[in-house]
Amino acid sequence: MIRMENLTRRFGDILAVDRLSLSVAPGEIFGFLGPNGAGKTTTIRMLAGLIAPSSGEATVAGCRVGREDTALRQRIGVLTETPGLYDGLSAHANLAFFAELYGVAHVDAAVEHYLKWLGLWERRFEPAGTFSKGMRQKLAIARALLHEPQVVFLDEPTSGLDPEAAHLVRDFIAELRREGRTIFLCTHNLDEADRLCDRIGVFRQRLLALDSPAALRRQLFGRTVVVHLRALAPAYAEAARRLAFVHQVQEVDGRLLVTLDDPEARNPELIRALVRAGADLQFVGELRQSLEDVYLHLVNTEEKSA
Amino acid sequence: MKAVWVIVRKEWREVFRNRMVIFTVAFLPIIMTGLPLAVLAATRGGGEVGDLSAMDLPPGYEALCGGLTGTACAQYALVSQFMLLFMMIPLAIPVTIASYSIVGEKITRTLEPLLATPVSTLQLLAGKALAAVLPAVVATWGGFAVFALASRFVVVGPEVTARLADPMWLMAIFLVGPLLSVASVSAAVMVSSRSTDPRAAEQLAMVVIVPLLGLFFGQIAGLIFLNARLVAWMAAGLAVVDVGLLGFAVALFQRETILTRWR
Repeated sequence: MIRMENLTRRFGDILAVDRLSLSVAPGEIFGFLGPNGAGKTTTIRMLAGLIAPSSGEATVAGCRVGREDTALRQRIGVLTETPGLYDGLSAHANLAFFAELYGVAHVDAAVEHYLKWLGLWERRFEPAGTFSKGMRQKLAIARALLHEPQVVFLDEPTSGLDPEAAHLVRDFIAELRREGRTIFLCTHNLDEADRLCDRIGVFRQRLLALDSPAALRRQLFGRTVVVHLRALAPAYAEAARRLAFVHQVQEVDGRLLVTLDDPEARNPELIRALVRAGADLQFVGELRQSLEDVYLHLVNTEEKSA
Repeated sequence: MKAVWVIVRKEWREVFRNRMVIFTVAFLPIIMTGLPLAVLAATRGGGEVGDLSAMDLPPGYEALCGGLTGTACAQYALVSQFMLLFMMIPLAIPVTIASYSIVGEKITRTLEPLLATPVSTLQLLAGKALAAVLPAVVATWGGFAVFALASRFVVVGPEVTARLADPMWLMAIFLVGPLLSVASVSAAVMVSSRSTDPRAAEQLAMVVIVPLLGLFFGQIAGLIFLNARLVAWMAAGLAVVDVGLLGFAVALFQRETILTRWR
């Protein structure tokens, strides 16, 4: 649904996006992560046909970026970084204006559908300027969806929202996935990306990593088993280290952290070795690295190498 | 064309909530129409002005007045001074509307969602320009219509009123007026691209009035005498200027320029 090949954008001497190549499948939620100024918004603007790439190619919803931009904009929805609503106009008038520009056949029906879905119907005639941040964001999301686009670009959809509003927006995004839409999500909220995204790309002018959150964790940190013991003794760690499939053993807060391949197959052997060494096991589980750990590792490593 | 009208309607709904815009659109035509009528009414009453003979008028007025008698000529000469004031309506109104419309969108960051729609930049610019030009043209023509009708009651004779339908006036109102509006909108787009305050943009773009004021004062000083030929030259010159200004405005109003260079 989205395909980029060496997509590059320069602003004078500044390289904003450097040879970005990736594909996003239909119905996928793709998380595009990166620090401020990494070039995420520039990438979205290129993919939305708003600014031209300096070089490289991209296709979105079957339209070639830079060549079929009008058709492209008809097939995509864009939630920009700021809601960008006409404060003096009512919620209904805001949506009706955009529905007419997108050539929606039944403007009032489409506006009513989205206002009801988002719980704004009762306040449809109130000026958007009187709405809370969360309501404004919901209205902006509705605006991006009015014409039923195949691909939706969401730039920081939950930025600045309270937990309840953010939760509502996330549910909304999950609902869009159920409808089969492709979502390109830019966010700084790594927990949100972890929960929603099928795959993520960590980006800083160039793509640093690309995979599912779980796969990235495995690639970067391996799989670590946490063993809670009644009491720690040096012999237990030693017993674990002697096993050929164990890569690393750490003693942290009275627990053993054992990094190994294929815990499903190897855990019984590890547990037997620890019991033989005299350990009293309380719990055994898998340590789940956060996406934040993955992200920080990637960005910091790139920063050091730069 | 439908998209252009959708934009025009939205612009009017938004911009006419602003008191400054309403003030300019409503009061300027009232003042510019009322002022010459008041002056005409004041000079109608005879006395020294009424007793003027053609011999008492400066040489340039002879060409301006043609066959009019001294008193009628004096009134027509006065009315002609105000023609340039009428021209301020199509200049000032579009500047105000376009400045508030474009800078307003910059401030509230509504331009990017608008640019993300399938609307072409030309349609977008046309919508914004028409939203600014149409009220100006309607106000100018409406003001002139009121002036032409009301002048019947305050001029010394019907021959003066009849002169308001001569080629000079018709060209000025129906050709130069709209051309001035286009120049005015183009100037407002250019200034607005670099401004973050609608009032500052409006004041800067009002520079387009300066040449007109030059003409006005030149006319008052007796250096310039308006006639059909001069107005025709004005129209031709403005048409050329408009093409250039519109070219600049269109170049500035490209998606990429707006998103990456407008600050």
